[in-house]
This record gives sequence, C-alpha cells and structure tokens, in this order.
Amino acid sequence: MEKERHVLVVFPHPDDEAFGVSGTIATYVKNGTPVTYACLTLGEMGRNMGNPPFTNREDLPRIRKKELMEAARVLGIQDLRMMGFRDKTIEFEDENKMTNMVLALIEELNPSLIITFYPGYAVHPDHDATGAAVVRAVGKIPAAARPTLHCVAFSNDCVEKLGEADIINDITPVNDIKLAAIRAHRSQTEQMFADMEEKMKNQDPQILVWINNERFWTYKFTN
Amino acid sequence: MQVVDAKRVQEAINQFANQDVYIHLETTNGAYASHYDQTFFSAGAYIRNALVRYELGKITGNGPYRVGLKINIGWIYAEGITHFVIDEQGRLLLAGHDYKGKLAVALEISTTPFE
Repeated sequence: MEKERHVLVVFPHPDDEAFGVSGTIATYVKNGTPVTYACLTLGEMGRNMGNPPFTNREDLPRIRKKELMEAARVLGIQDLRMMGFRDKTIEFEDENKMTNMVLALIEELNPSLIITFYPGYAVHPDHDATGAAVVRAVGKIPAAARPTLHCVAFSNDCVEKLGEADIINDITPVNDIKLAAIRAHRSQTEQMFADMEEKMKNQDPQILVWINNERFWTYKFTN
Repeated sequence: MQVVDAKRVQEAINQFANQDVYIHLETTNGAYASHYDQTFFSAGAYIRNALVRYELGKITGNGPYRVGLKINIGWIYAEGITHFVIDEQGRLLLAGHDYKGKLAVALEISTTPFE
C-alpha cells in the first residue's frame, strides 16, 4: 500500500466500512496516516432488528450510531463525521448539494486518497449515489490536483464491465481488527458473524479470501 | 418489540382515532433482494410523517395481521404485521418481521412528528 497524506472514506451506512475496507483503514491507521470517515446516514432503514427483535424502526438509529462509534474506535479512526442524511434517500437529494458536501470535505482535509463506492456497480442506491457524488466532486478539481479515488464495487457484473480490480490489499496482519469492526455492528452482523467465525476457525478458503483481500478499482477520469 | 397482542393493539389504534396523527409506513424487500436473486422483483414504498386523521382503525387476521385505517378522504393499510410496541413516547410502532427476523413492513402512529 502506498504511503498517503490523509485518507478520506465516504460511505452512506454504518457497516459499509466494515466489510470491504476496514482492513485497509486499519492498516493506514497503523502506519500513522490520518483517516477521516464521513458516514452519510445512520442506517435508519436497516432491516435487521434481531430475531426475536430487540429493537424497532425508531430506536435503530440510536443503536447504529453507537455501533458506528465503536467500529471507528476499534479501527482507530480519529475523525468520524456523521453527515446527517437519511438512509435510502441519498439518490433523491439535490446533486449539487451532495457534490458540494464532498468538495467541502476535500477542501478541508486535503486527502491524497479517497475511498468510496464505484457508482453503478455498488448494488444499493445509496452506495451508487454516494460514489457518484464523490466522483462529481473529485472531477471538479483540476486533474493534476486530484486525490486518488479507490472505489469498491461488488455488483454481479462489476468484473465483467470494469475488469479485475487493480488494487488488492492483503489485510491478513490486521484481520482481527477487521473482524472486531464487523462485530461492532452487532445489530446488523450478529447473525452472519457466528457462521463466519466458525468458517474462519476451520480455515475455509473462500471466507479467508473474502476477509483477507480488499479490492478496489481506481477511478479513471476521462478529462 | 413483542408479538402482536391484537386486543392491546386495537385499544391503542382506538386511542389515536379522530385526531391529527403522523404516520410512518414502509414496505421493503431490502436493497439487496435482486442482487442475491436476479429473478426477484424488488418493490417497496415509504412515507414518513404523513399527517392524517382517521375515524376508524382495525387490526384483523390471525397473524400475521393486517391493519387498516379509514382516513378522512381515503385509506391506509399494512399487511404482514407480527410485532408491536408502544414506546416511551406513547407511539404505536407496528412491524412485520419475516421468517429470518428482517423487517418487511412497518406502520407507526404518533401524535408528534417522527424525527
């Protein structure tokens, strides 16, 4: 992994950072790179409430906010920004407003690397809209001054359309931190976690590859 | 939340009748439904803080339940309701959880706007 001045991570939901990029975040933090995580919503529309349910639609954001703060603590993120948008509404917000929100973060933090979702290849409408806002914002910066943009893609057609990821970070040395970050989002991950931990114990090759490799597509601007 | 007690839910519905109330209504399959199963047609709807007044509201069925509210110039209804709670703010929160526990539908009634 290249040395970075400052890493800005922009995702819409608490737990988006945990699955695909928390090993990368933890590695940057360990290397002394400042990391800012701008999380656009509190995942208010999450569907996991426990089984039997231990929370409800109105109380879920409070729980997920705590989980997000715990995940940030586990990862060593010093600068967590909760941007106050509402889950599942990002694509319906004013595009200029979203672009300017990201631009303001870039101007303030001067990151050398931004991590977000690859618009159009990130499945959830909030993911795509968040990635699109970041791409628009970075695109407004003169080419020579742009931070690098690493995008997470996982749609069924992402490899077919984008080719293989050009950045694959082996995060094995910090996979315990990654698992702790995933676990921090207990309301959303508890059910899958037990299953995953068992597979880890048995050295299930598929799960190890999934956990230990974080892949990104470098966004290539055409102008 | 607890499993629906139809009698208690009906009593709560009755208490909100004939006054201005705020409604949260949503149905969802989750944003990943079509990602995991490309033959699945995902649909959902959502309204938050609709200000209405209903003259009659009922919970029906044997579980999962249906809830219908006859509002002044129309209707609101939800099906698949399995759980409820009257929260500390006195709001009636109704939800339907699928067989894996995931929320599939919610209908909530409050005398003050939802945040």
